[in-house]
Amino acid sequence: MSDLSTTSAADPGGAQGEPTAEQLIDIRLRVNGVQRSARAPARRLLSDFLRHDLALTGTHVGCEHGVCGACTVLVDGQPMRSCLMFAVSAQAHEITTVEGIGNDPAAMSPVQQAFAECHGLQCGFCTPGFITTITAYLEENPDPTPEEARGAISGNLCRCTGYQNIVKAVGRAAEIRGERGEA
Amino acid sequence: MSTRQMGERVQRREDPRLLTGNGRYLDDLGHGALEAAFVRSPHAHARVLDVDIDDAWEVDGVEAIYTWDDLTGRVAEPLPVLIPHPAMTHARTGYCLAKDTVNHVGEAVVMVVARDRYVAEDAAQRIRVSYEQLSVVVGVDNARSGATLVHDDVPDNVSAHLVQEVGDLESAMAAAPNRLTLELSIERSACTPMEGKGVYAKWDLDEGSLRLYSSTQTTTGVRAAVAAKLGMPLAKVECVAPDVGGGFGVKIMHPWPEEVLVPWAARNLGRDVKWTEDRREHFVSSAHERGQLQEVTVGFDDEGHLLALDVRFWHDNGAYTPYGIIVPIITATQLLGPYKPGAYRVEFWSLYTNTVLVTPYRGAGRPQGCFAMERTMDAIAAHLGLDRTVVRERNFIQPDEMPYDHGLMFQDGRPLKYDSGDFPASLAKLKALVGWDDFAAHREQAEREGRRVGLGIGCYVEGTGVGPYEGGHVHVETSGRVNVATGLTTQGQGHQTILAQIVADELGVRIEDVHVTTGDTRRMPYAVGTFASRGAVMSGNAVALAARVVRAKALKIAADALEVSADDLEIDDGVISVKGAPGTSVALSTVAVLSNPLRYAFDQSAAAATQFAGTFDPDKPPVADDEEPGLEGKDFYSPTQATFANGMHAAIVETDPVTAEIRILRYCVVHDCGVMVNPMIVEGQVHGGVAQGVGGALYERMVYDESGQLLNASFMDFLMPYASEVPHIETDHLETPSPLNPLGLKGAGEAGTIPVSAVIASAIEDAEGFAIRSMPISPVELWELRRQHASTSDPVPAQEGSR
Repeated sequence: MSDLSTTSAADPGGAQGEPTAEQLIDIRLRVNGVQRSARAPARRLLSDFLRHDLALTGTHVGCEHGVCGACTVLVDGQPMRSCLMFAVSAQAHEITTVEGIGNDPAAMSPVQQAFAECHGLQCGFCTPGFITTITAYLEENPDPTPEEARGAISGNLCRCTGYQNIVKAVGRAAEIRGERGEA
Repeated sequence: MSTRQMGERVQRREDPRLLTGNGRYLDDLGHGALEAAFVRSPHAHARVLDVDIDDAWEVDGVEAIYTWDDLTGRVAEPLPVLIPHPAMTHARTGYCLAKDTVNHVGEAVVMVVARDRYVAEDAAQRIRVSYEQLSVVVGVDNARSGATLVHDDVPDNVSAHLVQEVGDLESAMAAAPNRLTLELSIERSACTPMEGKGVYAKWDLDEGSLRLYSSTQTTTGVRAAVAAKLGMPLAKVECVAPDVGGGFGVKIMHPWPEEVLVPWAARNLGRDVKWTEDRREHFVSSAHERGQLQEVTVGFDDEGHLLALDVRFWHDNGAYTPYGIIVPIITATQLLGPYKPGAYRVEFWSLYTNTVLVTPYRGAGRPQGCFAMERTMDAIAAHLGLDRTVVRERNFIQPDEMPYDHGLMFQDGRPLKYDSGDFPASLAKLKALVGWDDFAAHREQAEREGRRVGLGIGCYVEGTGVGPYEGGHVHVETSGRVNVATGLTTQGQGHQTILAQIVADELGVRIEDVHVTTGDTRRMPYAVGTFASRGAVMSGNAVALAARVVRAKALKIAADALEVSADDLEIDDGVISVKGAPGTSVALSTVAVLSNPLRYAFDQSAAAATQFAGTFDPDKPPVADDEEPGLEGKDFYSPTQATFANGMHAAIVETDPVTAEIRILRYCVVHDCGVMVNPMIVEGQVHGGVAQGVGGALYERMVYDESGQLLNASFMDFLMPYASEVPHIETDHLETPSPLNPLGLKGAGEAGTIPVSAVIASAIEDAEGFAIRSMPISPVELWELRRQHASTSDPVPAQEGSR
């Protein structure tokens, strides 16, 4: 077999137009209760905007196609994949990242505390997405069964833990919320 | 009296930081650095005819574009063969950027450096590469036919051919009353850590030095390789692993092309440069593992005792062999598991294909070996009508036969000699845990409900903690803070916790005062890396030995200060006191002050060590001839051989009679990794290993089409298990300490993964009543097997008849 081909990643075999200079716009977001702004192009993903423009690197990017859930943030309290959302689209909304749930290692939120107690993390890369997801889940389901807890975390990938201790941590977080009077 | 830390379920020291968004992974570093993107080959096998980069330069923000022609010095040469072996007669490695040909989809051809990643990818999309496509080799079958070659100068696509034999196989096989032959296959999978690879190079223009951050499992390895490639003195290169988002083997491979190119570009440009691998790049350019075809012929007596075992297998090593033949060597040796094989002969061919290269993935050849051996055990049991655990028991190496030398050479070039383990005890525990003897009743009950269930088992032995060495450095500051450094790296194993537990016990200090650094060549330049379940064994013992050096020094200084014998002293909670007279004491922090004779006091405590303070012997120098200033010590742990952990798993599965869906109802693990430093962390390692094993048994595979395109290169299509796919895992432990190291440790990292495919195959076979010879297995494949077996009257596959 011998076959000649010329390819470019965008346009196999095709001609290219002139690149246009990228227009930057002021993007203003309310993140973790604070008004933030930065200049970025309209195509900037919310995940990249949080991480690189606002230096909130607690939100992690594991797949950039909306499957792994590591980049999950809360948008008006609802878990959303920040890699599937443009920063400009988030301007009218309240964004909560893992830093907003608890940024002080000495004063962790109930879910963060439960993860530490239950060994719910190993490498920690997927963890922020679990913390945000579970925090939102417990707001609406303060006392889940282990089966319900497993269901609640079944949209997030973790390659280290085998999920056993994350399921436990959901239950323990519910207890801690009760103990702290947050339930 | 402080609590002993060893053996306790101590919460992890690293967690509060990682849980609150304060971790620092590779892409969290280098704010403002230039970023790289790569043009990668869309063809599995092609000649590169021309690269047209003109259009790419039109993009605003592009700083550099490199092809192979631009590379200088040793950067333009092939990447190193990391682990040469005499049997690897045809090692081949790639270039940092493709020179004349590309040998797999995803191979890097052009590097673009730009203001940020968005701009770099814009430019990369405007680069046009002309290729002449060549014939493609995909899959072991095509590779071993040799009809098409991956590398023109490698006959039959064979990179290596190795035979090992113990005993007289031919006679033993001829004399065996029963013989069976099994043909087996295992598919590819991959580590797929949640964080891919990444490199960030800080070039210091003033010093002409390089600090390299890499998401790696070996900083010393990367440092040495990059210094060599860039022609730099080692003293001008530092390498640091920041927080690493999982490794599982793929990051022990080094130097990746990007690990060389990013610092090279940083030096060229005099700027900081960063590259973060995206998920598609990880699928098509980072390593895979597992793919093998196997043929096992076994001879055994009427009681099921092994008399002769003849194994041949064909290993898919992908396009290149930078990591040598470690994976197939491990398959060939660890296949034997807890059994005495009789005469043993193993022969393998490691074969090139036009696919991503193959290097160790958690288990590293053991899952394939375990699959071959355990399928064989089940086949013998079926042939003789014996219980599957009975056949295994009859072939176990017994505790009183330890150490047991198989007469083979292991992956570290040293004898395959088991140091410890109690296999009958492990099996007894497993049978009790899963309820082996009660399963018949469970099955009957299920059948009455119209359900189909099966019970499976798998046993393995794992050589862990291979050398050559790791080091520990322990330093007590005058504040009482204890700094511990070891050179191997961390990807989630909790080293900051377990090494602190060990040092706290050895030194007699509070764990809160112990601070551990891993994977930083500035703090410990001599190290090997994190692989082969060696972290706790190697660095655990190294820091223990270093702590003992510091303890001895502290006691000597304290003995002088308190004017007592060092033998009469003890250390507890950071205070050295006379045994039985706790009032006579000195704090370890004070000893740290005294250990360093000073001219200048920097604070009140330091004043105690200055030249006019206290009394001294005017005939002796302030620092004795055989001493060094400072309360610190260093030591290395270097074992003569690996230490062998083991385990046994059992599972109950249910297969849907209509849809052939496969559900794991129970998963039970008995695990022996010797002394456990932190049982919570050991269990976490087992859980994670089993989950990866379940993925490899039921969901994950690399789907290459015949042209070498990886069709499922995303998390949408590569089915990594979610919580909904991983069963509850029940664990029990046996602790047979290793006699080989001071702490009695054996490795735990890979164990959970090793037997899972074997166990699930065993259970499905038990449920369905026909042989399972290929893993992973999907409902579609199981359904097809049912159809085939329904259309034949012979319940036993042809290849399994007595010869």
